[in-house]
Amino acid sequence: MISHNSPALIPLISLGSAIALPLIAFKKKALAHPFTLLVSFTMVILSFYNIARVWQGERITYHFGGWLPPVGIEYLLDPLSAFIACVINTVAFFVLIHAGGILEREVPHRTVPYYALILLFLCGANGIIITGDVFNLYVFLEIFSLAGYGLIAVGERAAVVASFRYLILGTLGASFYLLGVGFLYIVTGSLNMADLKRIIAVIPVNPALIAALALMVTGMALKMALFPLHGWLPDAYTYAPSTTSALIAPIGTKVAAYVLIRLLFFVFGIKITVDTIPLLDVIGYMAAAGVLYGSLLAIAQKEMKRMLAYSSVAQIGYIGIGLSLANPMGYIGAVLHILNHAFMKGALFLVAGNLRNGSGHSEIPRFDARLRKKYPGGMAAFSVAALSMIGIPPMAGFFSKWYLSLGAVEKSNWVMLAVILISSLLNAVYFTRIWERVYLIKGNEENDDTLLQEKEPLILLVPTLILSFSLILLGLGNSFLVTKIIARIIPPGM
Amino acid sequence: MSNFAYISVAILLTLGIYGMVLKKNLVKKLIGMTILQVAVIMFFIASAVKGGATVPVLDERLGIPNPIHYISPLQHCLMLTAIVVGVATSGVAFALAILIYRRFKTLDEGILLQRMGEK
Repeated sequence: MISHNSPALIPLISLGSAIALPLIAFKKKALAHPFTLLVSFTMVILSFYNIARVWQGERITYHFGGWLPPVGIEYLLDPLSAFIACVINTVAFFVLIHAGGILEREVPHRTVPYYALILLFLCGANGIIITGDVFNLYVFLEIFSLAGYGLIAVGERAAVVASFRYLILGTLGASFYLLGVGFLYIVTGSLNMADLKRIIAVIPVNPALIAALALMVTGMALKMALFPLHGWLPDAYTYAPSTTSALIAPIGTKVAAYVLIRLLFFVFGIKITVDTIPLLDVIGYMAAAGVLYGSLLAIAQKEMKRMLAYSSVAQIGYIGIGLSLANPMGYIGAVLHILNHAFMKGALFLVAGNLRNGSGHSEIPRFDARLRKKYPGGMAAFSVAALSMIGIPPMAGFFSKWYLSLGAVEKSNWVMLAVILISSLLNAVYFTRIWERVYLIKGNEENDDTLLQEKEPLILLVPTLILSFSLILLGLGNSFLVTKIIARIIPPGM
Repeated sequence: MSNFAYISVAILLTLGIYGMVLKKNLVKKLIGMTILQVAVIMFFIASAVKGGATVPVLDERLGIPNPIHYISPLQHCLMLTAIVVGVATSGVAFALAILIYRRFKTLDEGILLQRMGEK
């Protein structure tokens, strides 16, 4: 039964438990965290079960209500969706373990609805990834976004304003996407992705089709925070609770990037996105500008979470660059970077959360050697993740940049190559600022803030360490990942 | 004038985006957002219009072999879902606007940015 229903099971489990959670934790609030963990763990197991089956060459589909596509809604697990589902569910699981130690402090008295929102958020994210229907994707996108607005709004005092701005821009993006779906339906008469691909391959290219593509890509670029549509991101990441930042930074923008991959390569196809209109070039130059802009602004920030937010703008640019190259190397780099960046940013935001929990702030000018003495584990996790962000082998971050560079060389696109190399140096600059303070500057004993706790609790430390040290494993195992899994996701005709 | 419906949709879209992006008052932004959502709904409905056709319920006199006599119900169904999504979005948006007003005692974006800086 599970084998037959498994595509639909992941979003449905989290949707059902989001509704059940407030009832279960009604009397005993302490139940909320173990229950969420259990659900999240089930989702991890299911997604690994799915990828094992997809790996054996199965193409798992599920038809809602027994209606066959293109009439009915189809859920589809192919190597790409199974892979991305594995990535986001795994990262979410570790972030949720961490949440148990920090939420009571950051959102007191509201932990139960917060966990329910997290489950809705995961339902939306998994739904977007698994669905094979462009309108169903819109519905999941809105579930995902609405839960995200709520998760951000419970943060600091200014978080509501950040959340409101995200809502306005997010709704604009979703409306653009929906408008694009309308154009697409008028031109093709279908909403099923596989069916759309067949139809688009044979009909002549017309303005309505291009309008559909442009609208859908603009909408997704807004959700993905592709420069210059990133306006909502820095405030939202900075003011949100630590768990939200650590969850939305790895998952939120990656899901939109996945939709972009799906649309550009699996629905419209390279014939339209490269040969007919220079759409991928536009995405590439926007992304390249974003990489430089994000890295430069990250250097200027004084607050660690805001610095990481701007660095996210830059890292999303890498994914955009990889897609714009439209050759296998660039594509592998982009998909690998979705995985690596999810782990790196997850780990870094968890470190920022630990610092806020322990010392009450995460302002870089106030960092000094006392942090290293008090939190040796957390600082080690930070160092590994930061080395990976800069791209030092054998950390995972090196390999995605390596494939992106190979793709740029293969296409003789020297501008992109220069952008990738320069931004790696800029990454080194903004992480070195923290290293310098933490490892070299002696602590000033006079203004010793007594807020510093003795040790960070294990529940905070262990997930952080696992996420960041798995980057070494991901780096060492990257040839396995690329040849066995990602090589099979390369779209036909690339 | 067969494009009249689409032209009005385009006007509504422009109005909506103008309100969302350029108006300073948060509630006016939300009004713009609602107009934008309505414009998208109108767009889908307009695309389903067919002259001389009837509702998609089987009519004995027309029979099944003549689908040309029925309008397509799909756009209407999709837009029912979109309306629900729109209502949910407005609900969250107004809740956030109320929270903002309670914390900062203003709904004007310029003043809000100043007060956010002050803490």
